[in-house]
Amino acid sequence: MIKRATILLTLVLLGFLFLQMVVGYVPSSTLNPISRHYVASGPDELGAANIVTAVLVTYRGLDTLGEVAVLFISAAGVGLMLRRRTGEKAEEKQRRPSSELVGTAIHFLLPLIFVLGIYIFINGHLTPGGGFQGGAVLASGIMLLLLADPDTHLNHTIVHLLESVSGFGYVVVGVLGLVFAGGFLDNRFLDLGTFGELFSAGAMPIIYVFIGLKVGTELSAVLERMKD
Amino acid sequence: MMLLLISTVLCIGIIVSALLAVHLGNTVSAAISAGMASLFAAIIYLVLAAPDVAMTEAAIGSGLTTVIFLYSIRRTLTDGTKEPPEK
Amino acid sequence: MSLSIEGASLPILVLTSGFIVVLIGLWGMMSRRNIIQIIIGFSLTDTGIHMLIVAVGYLHGRTAPIIDAAVDRARAVEMVVDPIPSALVLTAIVIGLGVTALMLSYAIQIYKKNGSLLIDECSELKG
Repeated sequence: MIKRATILLTLVLLGFLFLQMVVGYVPSSTLNPISRHYVASGPDELGAANIVTAVLVTYRGLDTLGEVAVLFISAAGVGLMLRRRTGEKAEEKQRRPSSELVGTAIHFLLPLIFVLGIYIFINGHLTPGGGFQGGAVLASGIMLLLLADPDTHLNHTIVHLLESVSGFGYVVVGVLGLVFAGGFLDNRFLDLGTFGELFSAGAMPIIYVFIGLKVGTELSAVLERMKD
Repeated sequence: MMLLLISTVLCIGIIVSALLAVHLGNTVSAAISAGMASLFAAIIYLVLAAPDVAMTEAAIGSGLTTVIFLYSIRRTLTDGTKEPPEK
Repeated sequence: MSLSIEGASLPILVLTSGFIVVLIGLWGMMSRRNIIQIIIGFSLTDTGIHMLIVAVGYLHGRTAPIIDAAVDRARAVEMVVDPIPSALVLTAIVIGLGVTALMLSYAIQIYKKNGSLLIDECSELKG
């Protein structure tokens, strides 16, 4: 009873605070100065058509590096908590094999999903998308594989190798930007090319390829670890 | 006007799904309802002119998060045949 | 440019819904006993906060911040919404997934040790 009253009181107080925030809110009608600078000089300086990508990868690139690090720490934590300790063996459940319809559909759909994921992160600087979205689509493809055939095991060597190489490659590209161009994760050490082409915007596609592969393999490893 | 109507329907959908997610007793239904709230939120992000966020929320929020919840619910089912481990 | 009633109400609608979903998630976190239902409440709070941030970045009548055939380069400053909240929310969604996965793996370990998922039975830290 006391607990319920406390919860209700907390929610009412928070609701009152939120109400004060909503009532006086006037939506702005022009961009604030930082966004104006990013939108006005992003395409000229960096050669990217997708301004959100330009913000994520170059203007705020260090935050993205921190985010990749946080994702790595959480994946390592999941792997640590759910490891198989000595003396425990894997649970042997009697699983029904999946039907032939599901198996055939997976064989047809899985390459298409992988191609879609790779397309999304390769074209991250031109169309909506990018590394995180492409990586999530790749992990969804792996999730489909795990759901359809519960006895599949991913090849751990390839997954670990891809993940480590992508993470390391991302930092190497950042350091190359420091050595050859303006600063860490500057993308101008490669030629900026013509605006709107696939091979333009300097090192931005390369950075996004590394991020996409890293996020995709990491989420697949987390999914497989949580399955059993 | 039409856009505002669609957005109102979607926001009501998000709030109803969220209420279902915290109110249902069956944990599997609650997890699926939370995934539904994420899906409606992805459509709202499209209306708000943020396509990158919409793609990310649809793939991660209503795909991977729901599946992770269902996997962990499966691993923590109390079936009657298994003895609880020693304290 | 004056704000018509229609221009102002879409962000305010999504802002209000975001705050309500945050409150619902907090209520779920505080009043449930099953650990996995508490984590579902946390995930709902995350979704609500992301809706808030994207709603703040919306400007009336403008389109997505991508320069292509619809938005040309010279006049882009008057035609696009704010790109910074989108970038922030992208990062936040992925980190939310990582944190949720970590919390669920802790829940699985607690179940293996205690035999049940209720937080009333986790008594190691009680005096």
